[in-house]
Amino acid sequence: MDAFGIALGLVVAGDAKLLAIIALSLRVSLSAVLLASLLALPFGALLAVGEFPCRRSLVVVVNGFMGMPAVVVGLLAYLLLSRAGPLGSFGLLFTPAAMTIAQALLVMPLLAALTRQIVADAWREYEEQLHSLGATVGQAIATLLWDTRYSLFTVLLAGFGRAIAEVGAVMIVGGNIDGVTRVMTTAIALETSKGDLPLALALGAILVMLVLVVNALTFATGSWVQRKLG
Amino acid sequence: MENIFPLELADVCFAPNGVPVLGNIHLSIAGDACTVILGANGAGKSVLMRIMHGLLAPSSGRLAWNGGEARPSGQALVFQRPVMLRRSALANVAYGLKLCGVPRIDRERRARQALARVGLAHLAERPARVLSGGEQQRIALARAWALDPRILFLDEPTASLDPGAARDVERIVGDIRLAGTAIVMTTHNLGQARRLADEIVFLHRGRITERTPAPEFFRQPRSAEAETYLKGELP
Repeated sequence: MDAFGIALGLVVAGDAKLLAIIALSLRVSLSAVLLASLLALPFGALLAVGEFPCRRSLVVVVNGFMGMPAVVVGLLAYLLLSRAGPLGSFGLLFTPAAMTIAQALLVMPLLAALTRQIVADAWREYEEQLHSLGATVGQAIATLLWDTRYSLFTVLLAGFGRAIAEVGAVMIVGGNIDGVTRVMTTAIALETSKGDLPLALALGAILVMLVLVVNALTFATGSWVQRKLG
Repeated sequence: MENIFPLELADVCFAPNGVPVLGNIHLSIAGDACTVILGANGAGKSVLMRIMHGLLAPSSGRLAWNGGEARPSGQALVFQRPVMLRRSALANVAYGLKLCGVPRIDRERRARQALARVGLAHLAERPARVLSGGEQQRIALARAWALDPRILFLDEPTASLDPGAARDVERIVGDIRLAGTAIVMTTHNLGQARRLADEIVFLHRGRITERTPAPEFFRQPRSAEAETYLKGELP
């Protein structure tokens, strides 16, 4: 129970360092999800609607990548961004931008796979009508993404949950630098290894609360949509 | 407006995976009548309609609009179960106009007009999917009508509706016909066919057994299959 006391104390006291860590976590994970969604949503919809060779294999691959270990994604991002890597010249390694990119790569398959599922369900219902009205593939995708927007919002929240909870990728490409790239999960890992268990637990409690809030939002949105749009 | 008629089907067959559904279909739609396709369940009525509309491609044979292969835009299809997009009734009607390239400023006016013609102006802002089945079908009709189609296909438009809603739909189809749009529809409601049809095309096991002016068909059909069907027996 001590941990919750400390957590509460830290939050109430408005500990500047803690707040900065929380803010950075939110900023990195939110931008990662937004960045990933720009590609993953249209791509997921294309997998649902499009007719092209290897579509089924692509779906299997994307679904499989949902469970990609965060450290592996971190390693790939590290190779991309390191000095010798293809994006090395931008000098992004060990910056929040690098962490955003790594988390975006991490959640992209999750967003694409869930989007594909949701859009495919809607497409089954809409297909003949949209063909009848003469919709192109692009128009169909835009229509389906718009019409499933509330369900897709829960997909984004799921992506955010995965991003903010992971530690492997941000640790590798961010480096857990105090005041620069330290986020909640890396801070917890550090405090645990230093032996400051109460502080680690306190941070953990705050993280869990954040994730709970996100899930409550997801649930509330879902039932609101059900009531409003049928 | 360019002329899209006649719609001609020459020896059209449809046999997905080798299972024959339609065969040897010869049909010409001149575009000045209400043609009702009758036939038992599984006779191929819906498939024939989807082939004419362009949703399905024939396995063999030729389909031509005014001699050309291209699928013209001046046509619409209303399904047995209306497909409502997750938006307002008005937006559902405007959506069809948008896909047809109608400029934004004209869309809302034309969509409101179409909703008014089916008697649903007061529901324009309501989410379409929470409305009743009959109201949804009228929105689907408004969506089709708003496009000013030259020909309107209707696939059992009243099969899932109660008698009151079915009457509304029938009245609207009559209005669309009077406004100069050719109608091709399927139905199992013989009273409805009698009220709306100028001519009957009778399908039996994927083949057309006769095409007869409606009054004559209901007095004395030419084919034995149609006669049995009218007597309410399975041929």
